[in-house]
Amino acid sequence: MLVAVLAYLILPLIAMLEFSTRGDVDPVTKAATRSLQSYAAIFSYPNLVDGIIASLEIAALTVVGMLAILVPTMVWTVVRVPRMRRVVEFLCLLPLAIPAIVIVVGIAPIYRFIGQHLGPLGASPLTLTFIDIILVLPYSYRAIDSSLRGIDTATLADAARSLGASWPRTIFEVIVPNIRGGVLSAAVLGIALVLGEFTISSLLSFNTVQVVIYLLGKRDPFVSVAVSLLALVFAFVLLFVISRFAPGADNRAQRAAEEPA
Amino acid sequence: MTQLVTRSASPSATAAGPASSGAGASRFRGAGNYLALIPFHVYVGLFLVLPTLIVTIGSFQDQAGSLTLDNFKAMFTNEQFIGSFMKSLQLALITAILGAIVGGLLAWAVVRGNPNGILRQLVIAACGVLAQFGGVMLAFAFFATFGFNGLITMFLKNNLGMAADGSWLYSLAGLAVVYTYFQIPLMLIVFLPSLDGLRQEWYDASASLGGGAWSFWRNVGGPILAPSFLGALLLLFTNAFSAYATAQAVISQGCALITQQIACQMQSEVILGQENVGKALALGMIVIVSAVMAVYAYIQRRASRWVK
Repeated sequence: MLVAVLAYLILPLIAMLEFSTRGDVDPVTKAATRSLQSYAAIFSYPNLVDGIIASLEIAALTVVGMLAILVPTMVWTVVRVPRMRRVVEFLCLLPLAIPAIVIVVGIAPIYRFIGQHLGPLGASPLTLTFIDIILVLPYSYRAIDSSLRGIDTATLADAARSLGASWPRTIFEVIVPNIRGGVLSAAVLGIALVLGEFTISSLLSFNTVQVVIYLLGKRDPFVSVAVSLLALVFAFVLLFVISRFAPGADNRAQRAAEEPA
Repeated sequence: MTQLVTRSASPSATAAGPASSGAGASRFRGAGNYLALIPFHVYVGLFLVLPTLIVTIGSFQDQAGSLTLDNFKAMFTNEQFIGSFMKSLQLALITAILGAIVGGLLAWAVVRGNPNGILRQLVIAACGVLAQFGGVMLAFAFFATFGFNGLITMFLKNNLGMAADGSWLYSLAGLAVVYTYFQIPLMLIVFLPSLDGLRQEWYDASASLGGGAWSFWRNVGGPILAPSFLGALLLLFTNAFSAYATAQAVISQGCALITQQIACQMQSEVILGQENVGKALALGMIVIVSAVMAVYAYIQRRASRWVK
């Protein structure tokens, strides 16, 4: 039973590997050959390369932006205004109750405005960062929140402050090192989410990696499957590494990261 | 002015009085403390709350911006829209039930293994990827397996001489198969912590009172896990109901599911002349998902009483 389920889960991945390594049919023997030509062909599609680069850039910006907005807010909430904790939590988890397609409908006018008023930057796919930060909030919040719960944040902050540390220093040099497992999980989940994001970039007509894979699939499915497999393996390695090497004290952060809601 | 004073004064006060450390910080609830939360609230307001408001308000407006209920009238009378909602609800329900049962069994198998074993971590990481980040890529995984030139299709054709053509994959039935594929790992991830929470002591206690495996699951394990299972089922339901990427990649023509229908409305709204119908459909989705999530939150609170 278990074997059957695992086989069902693994079969499509093996098929991707088989499909993406098909070579040309041997003209003499008529036998199928194996080759990596689909992987090499990735570089012959400039759109695809651009899409991959754009997605990686958006992922990096999203992680930086998410941490910049979320970490000080969450620390401040715990230390100074615990009453607001529920509000911040509610807002962070809200994207789970609002499907991405709905956000697109509502955000399209806002992006039209951005496109018209931010000059050349307005037409760049990098503006997707704004909305991708929102999309990763629930996952990042849970990861960081369980790390914060694992330490006595308020006491640490009081100690640092009473020794004369400024607030930025307290947050970034005292608290952040203590919740680095949660921060790491949040970052990794953010990267994986951005690399897999399709709905919003597609409907706002930005060529991120998923949009290009989708469009290319009609012309050259072999290359699309190759890139898909690479992206899945990349995300898998990222998630596996954090589960394996995140600091031991952060098991709870790890669990939060695995729990989508 | 007083706000600023409060904010700058509070740290020294905290440092001075031992009584005010830790929880005492909350005593200085001056408005200044709230100022630091403004960037977060402005950001979320601009990119999450404002879009939701645009959808909500827009769905009650006509093209000229005056108040109307026509968009909802269209939603409830147009057979295409009703059909899309029904298809999405059916697909979500079927794949959630299948995913919950199969994924639940898989989670049970995983939980009986070594909790710190590498196999468990491999399975969890793999499930995390498949459940949450797949989208378009999972559609391609199935093209490579069951599509026109897929591995299994070719195998059936060449080795077993069967007339397999793979066209079934590009239908709603095919979509159900692909959806189930990401529902199973999601179930594992959501349900695993609850299974981890089952204690050996409970089983021992049941056994020492003469209970067998059946009576344990019937009277102890089952009732404890039931809320978590139901909650996970609801989560899987909203997950499938909200999905767009996979559906669009598998059935790229037409506006079958409600998410695709909204996308269609969005892309052709100018031509149709009823540009806000899409917003009404989107609001309909919010209402359904929020209702399910509210039940989920309620069940989750009940579940957490036993399983922590």
